[in-house]
Amino acid sequence: MSAVAESDRPSAGLLSLWYNREARQVIIQIFTIAVVFAALFYLARNAAINLERIGKDLGFAFLLEPSSYDINQTFIEYSSRSSHLRAAVVGVLNTFAVAICGVFLATVVGFVLGVLRLSKNLLMNKMVYCYVEVVRNVPVLLWILLMHGFVVHTLPHPKQAGDIAETFFFSNRGINMPSPTFEPLFWACALVFVAGIVGAVFYKRHAKKVQDETGKILPVLWVSLGLVIGAPVVVFLFTGMPIEWSIPALKGFNFQGGVTVKPELMALTLALALYTSAFIAENVRAGILAVNYGQTEAAHALGLRNNRTLQLVIIPQAMRVIVPPLTSQYLNLTKNSSLAIAIGYMDVTATLGGITLNQTGREMECMLLLMAIYLSISLAISSFMNWYNKRIKLIER
Amino acid sequence: MKLKSILVAGAAMAMSATIANAATLDDVKARGELNCIVTTGLVGFAYTDESGKWNGFDVDFCRGVAAAVLGDGMKVKFVPTTGKTRFTALNAGEGDVLYRNTTVTMSRDADLKLTFLGVNYYDGQGFMVSKDLGVTSAKELDGASVCIQTGTTTELNLADYFRATGMSYEPVPIETNEEARTNYLAGRCDVYTTDASGLAASRATFDDPKNHIILPEIISKEPLGPAVRQGDDDWADVNRWVLNAIIEAEEFGITSANVDEMAANPPNPSIARILGVEGNYGEMIGLDNEWAKRVIKAVGNYGEIFDRNIGPNTEIGLERGLNAQWKDGGILYSAPIR
Amino acid sequence: MNITTQSYKPGEHPSLPPPRNLVGPVKWAKDNLFGSITNTILTIVAVYLLYLIVPAILDYFFFNAAFEGSSRAECREIAKGACWAFIDERISVFTYGFYPVEERWRPNLAFVLLFVALAPVLFDKVPYRGKLLVFSLLYPLLAVLLIVGPVSVESMHFSQGVSGPLTWLVIFAFASALFVYGSKTHNALAMVVGIVPAGFVLVAFFLSDALWISIPDSIGLTNAADDIYIFEPVDTHLFGGVLLTIIIGVTGITLSLPIGIVLALGRYSNLPAIRTLCIMFIEFIRGVPLITLLFVASTMLSYFLPPGTDFDLLLRVLIMVTLFASAYMAEVIRGGLQSLPKGQFEAADAMGLKYWQTMRHIILPQALKVSIPGIVNTFIGLYKDTTLVLIIGLLDILGVGKTAISDPAWNGLSTEVYVFVAVFFFVSCFGMSRYSLYLERKLHTGHKR
Repeated sequence: MSAVAESDRPSAGLLSLWYNREARQVIIQIFTIAVVFAALFYLARNAAINLERIGKDLGFAFLLEPSSYDINQTFIEYSSRSSHLRAAVVGVLNTFAVAICGVFLATVVGFVLGVLRLSKNLLMNKMVYCYVEVVRNVPVLLWILLMHGFVVHTLPHPKQAGDIAETFFFSNRGINMPSPTFEPLFWACALVFVAGIVGAVFYKRHAKKVQDETGKILPVLWVSLGLVIGAPVVVFLFTGMPIEWSIPALKGFNFQGGVTVKPELMALTLALALYTSAFIAENVRAGILAVNYGQTEAAHALGLRNNRTLQLVIIPQAMRVIVPPLTSQYLNLTKNSSLAIAIGYMDVTATLGGITLNQTGREMECMLLLMAIYLSISLAISSFMNWYNKRIKLIER
Repeated sequence: MKLKSILVAGAAMAMSATIANAATLDDVKARGELNCIVTTGLVGFAYTDESGKWNGFDVDFCRGVAAAVLGDGMKVKFVPTTGKTRFTALNAGEGDVLYRNTTVTMSRDADLKLTFLGVNYYDGQGFMVSKDLGVTSAKELDGASVCIQTGTTTELNLADYFRATGMSYEPVPIETNEEARTNYLAGRCDVYTTDASGLAASRATFDDPKNHIILPEIISKEPLGPAVRQGDDDWADVNRWVLNAIIEAEEFGITSANVDEMAANPPNPSIARILGVEGNYGEMIGLDNEWAKRVIKAVGNYGEIFDRNIGPNTEIGLERGLNAQWKDGGILYSAPIR
Repeated sequence: MNITTQSYKPGEHPSLPPPRNLVGPVKWAKDNLFGSITNTILTIVAVYLLYLIVPAILDYFFFNAAFEGSSRAECREIAKGACWAFIDERISVFTYGFYPVEERWRPNLAFVLLFVALAPVLFDKVPYRGKLLVFSLLYPLLAVLLIVGPVSVESMHFSQGVSGPLTWLVIFAFASALFVYGSKTHNALAMVVGIVPAGFVLVAFFLSDALWISIPDSIGLTNAADDIYIFEPVDTHLFGGVLLTIIIGVTGITLSLPIGIVLALGRYSNLPAIRTLCIMFIEFIRGVPLITLLFVASTMLSYFLPPGTDFDLLLRVLIMVTLFASAYMAEVIRGGLQSLPKGQFEAADAMGLKYWQTMRHIILPQALKVSIPGIVNTFIGLYKDTTLVLIIGLLDILGVGKTAISDPAWNGLSTEVYVFVAVFFFVSCFGMSRYSLYLERKLHTGHKR
């Protein structure tokens, strides 16, 4: 190649190295790495000097000391005597809780809106358009604040709580629901449920094989439903309904018993789902539009009915377009959940990056840990979605 | 040749970036402006009016320091912080002094590397509830939802109090006073807890202040005071003695109205020392001898500051209580300037 | 009239009107609203939703809102809806924050000039486009000078260091010589290495108070006795409201694009070390929430600077926001790069173009064109994200709103503030997205089906 010609140039000493393509690439890389490391070293040295100057040390031992503060939503045992580390774990679990609820809700709402946006109904079409434009052009922080204000101000006080059949209660302290306590026999039902899922998976494989070989279509949906839901219900009834329900009741200031969905969790989930659903709706719309109309016509020509066309032809192809942007929406939602701090939802930013940081004064350690946590969550989500994306990817020649 | 020039340029840049860490007092004088860390907004203590001017109890102390150091109480840049960002803001050098209703505690002093300079308000953590609840004592709060400001000592006191009394509660963490107020009034929480002064300040802004009571239990000592970064003793001295001068001025009856007259004709040696007529006290802390006179002229004595911002005749309506001078039954007791 | 009696020759019969149910409102309604059972149900649901939402919103915004009053209580006496009197009274704080009143002409002027600078970049049918583009390039400097004012020489470390201004003069001389040498011998590296420090010194000198305060002062242009300067320095702590939002947004947007391009090229490069570094940087930034980066800016960053450096908080935030946006920008541009067929690279190689020539003339123009919707979306996202600075205590439009409501007279008007800010963001972001659509259409040369 031209590199050979260049290196032949009669040029003395070091400069000839520069005119050699391979050598130049090595030099550039070594130089870049050297600059980056020098910069990092410079920053680290500054940090060391500065910490020395104020007399602070660097260490994570403080994580094992009692946190001394309470958290209102804990999925694991926690009290103000537990360690800062445990408080951080509680925070991570709370982050997961809001991220999972938000992703689920945003996906459902987003898909429905995306389909409605393509509906022939002009009114619905335009309304969804307005929704999408209004929602995604306003910062998510504002939605969180507005939604929190809405939940806290419009829902009634616990004393006037609205209820469904005296078991579900709605108030501005949250939604109170009965919580189950399981008796030993219940585990039989759970076992049957798991067995049902496994059975359904095998049945589906079997049905696919039958269809491939004979073209006969087996009623997969009904059999699966029977296995997954029917069988456990039957077992449940036969074992004498081995569940105790703890029904919430108003005692003193608040509802006691049952489980409570805190208004902060509610507001945050709703706001994040609202915001993200607008983006997902647009992705879904783009994905469906990306499938050539000829595909629909071809499917119809083959005699497939509308819902089969959608299920077997349109959706699988649209998903290929939808999944990559969907991944980044899920990532964004998870990262946006860190704004929980604005309304007092105790996620990991609020516990580790908020109260712990503040009460111990360990900015450096807390921030590094916090960033590491978010980084691993993000990497986990994106690698899962990459795996899923690969699975549904068109196999090209 | 080429390489050499790059190296020279790089080295020169790196060297000029390291400058000596000058003392804060010199920095402030050179800058011509005091950076004072305050709250983002607490009625009576630090808040902005429509022209963006800062007012309040803590704000006046900042202005006092500026008057002493720079000769002008208006030469202050206010750095608004939340309970969470205040110490890092101070340690990062964004502010020179912190006046942000901050409780003096040992861990903050020692572990967060601050130097506290005294107390400008003796407070204690209290509870506010709506009268409709029929609660008369904090002992009846079992199972209540409690609004607390995060990043404060109140959060820790609350956990300790409920643990010690064996009661349960639902903490509702809130970032700022304004949010706490909104949540409390919307009924998100039954109880709002913070320093009693803050409770009174918040209550004053309610539509129906009479329907809310502050429970008799005070569950903690909250001496609120200013702080500076550790390790700059000269600067700490300046701030400590400005605070003491403001307190002592009230004890000796020096007000912003009569300060000139008293300086011209000091009624007793103590006043003469404060106002710089006698001795070299100002020069000892790196200022001139009229420092305290300027402070009092700019913001008045402790009583004036108190009455103007949070006293009985303001909307907040706080009584002097513990914050009365020691001679009047309070615990306000400044070290003498001599 | 009886049509049947009339007779026409073949081919001369006038067109009859189409059947009633195939034209006009009936046909329209049938097509769009009541085509099928599902469609009819959707229409009914939509109408019901509109009935629920629209009157409530109108009521809150207009019919039941208070436009006058001097406190929240007065507002509430007049009407139950929004209290816009508050926004009206504080509108100057919402716009400028605490920027000194007598200096507000400066941000105003900078804002007007922003459009002059943007026009040639955004629209290609502007008269004197070439000359205006030069102005666009110089605009950032001018804007800093107008809004912030001269920067003190001391804080730029001009007077300290090895031997004061002389050092800088020497650096400038060396660097510009290197640049000239590079441009003569077509050595890109020498040009870059030369222009960076030389430009830095020039910029620093242009912004320094030595130029704008000391020199005019010494020759008697300004009146120091009355404290009248051409440009009084304004402290960044006084910035707030829309002003701050726009400063953060515009700075982040303009700086993140070039950095993003460099990162994308780095990630797409075939030098393993550079590729790995770029991937690590991009994935790190994209993996953590902006709020943690802002926390780093407000709490940790000062630890990493030389002891005693007082680094402006706004500057720290700007750096973080720019880094954040450029990582996202890099990914958008990488998408554009990947969409190009390999043939383009091969063709450029075959023509004997060097790496930078290939990128400059072949790859980037195409890749950027493809990435425009994504770039604008990143811009909009960044602009919206500026609200997060509230959490670390900078008073952007949302932040000033929140401090304003701690005034006893207006306590408790948070909804009004949120709604007002929401409307502000909607208008500006919606405008940007409309522009992006316009651009997409304009640049959609070819490939049209």
